[in-house]
Amino acid sequence: MNHRRSPEPLLWMLFSSGGMVAALMLPILLFLFGVAFPLDWLTPPTHAHLFAVLRNPLTRLVLFGLSALALFHWAHRFRYTLYDGLQLKRYAVPIVVFCYGGAVVGSVIAAALLLTL
Amino acid sequence: MADEITLEVARFRPGEDTEPVLQSYQVPLREQWAVLDGLSYIKDHLDGTLSFRWSCRMGICGSCGMTVNGDPQLSCATFLTDYAPGPIRIEPLHNFPVIRDLVVDIGDFMDKLPTVKPWLVRDVHSPLEEGEYLQTPEELEDYQQYSMCINCMLCYSACPVYALDQDFVGPAAIALAQRYNLDSRDEGADERLAVLSSPEGIWSCTFVGECSAACPKGVDPAGAIQRYKLTAATQAIKGLLMPRSRR
Repeated sequence: MNHRRSPEPLLWMLFSSGGMVAALMLPILLFLFGVAFPLDWLTPPTHAHLFAVLRNPLTRLVLFGLSALALFHWAHRFRYTLYDGLQLKRYAVPIVVFCYGGAVVGSVIAAALLLTL
Repeated sequence: MADEITLEVARFRPGEDTEPVLQSYQVPLREQWAVLDGLSYIKDHLDGTLSFRWSCRMGICGSCGMTVNGDPQLSCATFLTDYAPGPIRIEPLHNFPVIRDLVVDIGDFMDKLPTVKPWLVRDVHSPLEEGEYLQTPEELEDYQQYSMCINCMLCYSACPVYALDQDFVGPAAIALAQRYNLDSRDEGADERLAVLSSPEGIWSCTFVGECSAACPKGVDPAGAIQRYKLTAATQAIKGLLMPRSRR
């Protein structure tokens, strides 16, 4: 039995779940808030209504999950792009710190923004 | 249709050439001829020193893998007329050391293959009198496509990760491990886990998918690896949450 503890399974779980939620949810959010509401294809909710929705803890949790997982998806993909695409695997330590550290910082910022609304 | 086609064949004669050089040969362009027939024609009629591997000529033995116009192919299943008017460039499989001409050293794959135990593992073998291990058609379907692998190594030749990191266990070996993991008669999944879930196993794969595109037998090694990633990740998280429980 292999006892080497590798973080890879956990990172891959974050990567794959991030890819899935981003693919499912981001196009809808982008379509609504980036296209349909600005172009008046759909009647946008009032500011007060949207604010109330955002203040619901469940909305905050979902948006935080989406932001954090999407960031970890980016981190994992970008790490391997740098490793294999640009063949920078010899700089593995700074790359790992930059990618996953970036995802952690981004997640903290997302949490802070969602909590201070 | 022209009656001849040019084959540009990579030659490497150890002790003579310092690196592979292309040599051109004119061979008959016949509708039924595969690239392998063209090479056999060269060997029989033009240049007996040309070396290449082949055996069955019917896409079963997996010996005649080569790089044809840049793509990994079985030379017995790749027809000259599909490349007419030519020329056709024939090189050894990429990502393997060349021994001579089109013959590559497959030692690395042969060393890796047994590490994933690609055979039926049983904790206890049932006595012979009890008869066969029965299996439903659905259970057969679970692993059947992976059992089509002929060890031709085209997937290793196509894999950009293997090109960069030769420690990667590789597509065919992992797909063959899954062929047995998914077999209802097999009980060896735990024994295969350590090699498969090591950093050189499934976690090296970045799901480029070239292996599945290159496979001449319709096996989907990329799919097998992704599927096993979920299995291994689930096991790892179980191990984290319940460190004392035996897998």
